[in-house]
Amino acid sequence: MTTTTPTLPNKRFSLPFAIKVEPRLDAPAWLGPAVSLGAIVIALLLGAVVLKLVGGNPWAAYAHIARAAFGDIGVFSDTLVKATPLIMVGLACSIAFRMKLWNIGAEGQFYMGALGASMVVLIPIAPETAPGWITLPLMLVAGMVFGAGWGFIPGWLKAKLKVNEIITTLMMNYIAVAFVNFFVFAVWSEGGFQMSKTFQKAAWLPRLADFAKEIKLFRGLTTHAGLLIGIVAAVVIWYILYRSLWGYEIRLIGDNPRAAQYAGLNITRNTVLVMMVSGALAGLAGMSEIAGAVHRLQTSISPGYGFTGIIIAWLAKLNPLVVIPVSILFGGLILAGREIQPSGVPRLIQGIILFMLIASDVLMRYRVRIAWTANAQ
Amino acid sequence: MDPIIILQAGVASGTVLLFATVGAIFSERAGVLNLGVEGMMLIGAMSAFSVTVATGNGGLGLLAAMFFAGLLALLHGLVSIHFQADQVVSGLALTFLGVGLSLVFGEGLSKAGTITLLPVFTVPVLSAIPFVGPILFTKQSVMVYIGYALVPLAWFFINYTRPGMHLRAVGENPTAADAMGINVYRLRYFYVFVGGTLAGLAGGTISLAISPGWFSELTTSGQGWIAVGLVIFAQWDPWRAAFGSYTFGALRRTILDIQGPTIVFGFANPFYYNPYWGFFLQMLPYAFTIIVLIIGSREALRKRLGAPAALGVPYVRGERGH
Repeated sequence: MTTTTPTLPNKRFSLPFAIKVEPRLDAPAWLGPAVSLGAIVIALLLGAVVLKLVGGNPWAAYAHIARAAFGDIGVFSDTLVKATPLIMVGLACSIAFRMKLWNIGAEGQFYMGALGASMVVLIPIAPETAPGWITLPLMLVAGMVFGAGWGFIPGWLKAKLKVNEIITTLMMNYIAVAFVNFFVFAVWSEGGFQMSKTFQKAAWLPRLADFAKEIKLFRGLTTHAGLLIGIVAAVVIWYILYRSLWGYEIRLIGDNPRAAQYAGLNITRNTVLVMMVSGALAGLAGMSEIAGAVHRLQTSISPGYGFTGIIIAWLAKLNPLVVIPVSILFGGLILAGREIQPSGVPRLIQGIILFMLIASDVLMRYRVRIAWTANAQ
Repeated sequence: MDPIIILQAGVASGTVLLFATVGAIFSERAGVLNLGVEGMMLIGAMSAFSVTVATGNGGLGLLAAMFFAGLLALLHGLVSIHFQADQVVSGLALTFLGVGLSLVFGEGLSKAGTITLLPVFTVPVLSAIPFVGPILFTKQSVMVYIGYALVPLAWFFINYTRPGMHLRAVGENPTAADAMGINVYRLRYFYVFVGGTLAGLAGGTISLAISPGWFSELTTSGQGWIAVGLVIFAQWDPWRAAFGSYTFGALRRTILDIQGPTIVFGFANPFYYNPYWGFFLQMLPYAFTIIVLIIGSREALRKRLGAPAALGVPYVRGERGH
């Protein structure tokens, strides 16, 4: 598809211009963000068409999403709560995708992280009377270790046996959910319900509302310290990827595995390590959600955070710092989307956005020119 | 816990995987990796069920399933063939899109009404064969028999016909195929579409025959992904795909059936008395997929077999091959 000129069979009706598509040698800096923005706008318009088709009112729906997610400080605080796990799974996907490791298993690693963090409270590893500064770090480490372990399996299979990681990570999502369900129902069920007992206060990440006495503005705000952890994680991952030697190795392997091999980089070891870091980040998201928002282990703790993380990573062009604002946008979509009927709408919009994003990428590589032909006059 | 009944139901359940897997084989043999099978199956299941509820005609339902899933596949075709997008990401996007679309258009469909199932029949002579007859040819859905026909047809088409040779050429060495005068782009679009229609057929088979109805995402519950895994186990061969699919079907049925009776083979059934063990049973198909994938990958390494050489690589006319 280097140059295509639409030719109509009948000369009389031929177009007065020709559409030329030619490869772009270099793209200006503004083009990337502009194309992404355009893709999102078109995706939202397409989403509106579908909403209209099923008898909804798209503009009312979008206005509702905007209001219910960003309307005032109270709902914005709830949006940030939803954005917190998204930042971490977005980072998990970004670092893996940067090495062209398709970790589709953030969802399962999230569940395992939540399970690991819950174990600290429910077994209990940290006694109920232990202060928060003992319980919370233990939960954090347990969540990351469980997530990393769940990432290690597909990473090792990929590195040692060349087993396709897309399918193994995906299958392990289903396994993780069933595993967590087993613990929720069979081991820690509170009175036969699909949830454990509520964690003691020492296992809660501090919320803004906890400081309402000192700062009046924070009254009732649910944003918790997980957001801070997420931002720190983003900076750390950004530093690793773009300022450290290891990050350079990861990027080189992702861009050109053959060159990386000739350069003597250990691809096997990096594959396992990056999958473990990716899993640890997703596990961290599970821990933060359990300790910051849910405060107990229960079924369906994630409305598909792990999958949304894939879209976020892609929209952020795998840049860890850009993951933060993108996550806030999607956090708003998930928060407000809960009340929108039909219930599949947020998922649909996410799907259209991702599709538009990758389709629009062609504009980064090709220039479309309209050339007026001689018979235009 | 009659093994004959489990195998019989397992073949029926495996037919779903068979359609999806053979569809993915066609697409991948042409060099296009389509990970969106789960989304296309859901679209198929949803449109088959809703068209059948509306018209009362299961055949129309299946046609709708194939058409809409095929259409969705063409989107992936456009993005990955002409726009040269990363096929992994595009396939994932297709899954999101398919799931979202089927949830939105399938809203309320679970209570929309009842349908007459696709016809079930027994083949006169063949059903009398001992062991094989009761499993394969007794009281099976028409879709199961279509599945039996599809396997040898697909195998023969891919390996022994001229268009089949073109299909393989496009997936193995598109530059050479182009030089031979084969239209690489057109063939790739065509087989991506074929893969979509078969995934749609798989979805329609679920909602009209195997476990009738619309249960949103639980309708497929990851079978599309299992199919993607089976393609690798099958080494892109329809016969091995059939073997894998039916084995998986039997496994699914065993898991469903083993929790019912109080006594299995003369022993107290542990899964009956510890219902929570069922969560571990639920993991089995997915764990089994991973095991099957490991087997497939090891075999591929040993025999130096492998995926079609140009799988996942966009073809750009005039550029050097990879």
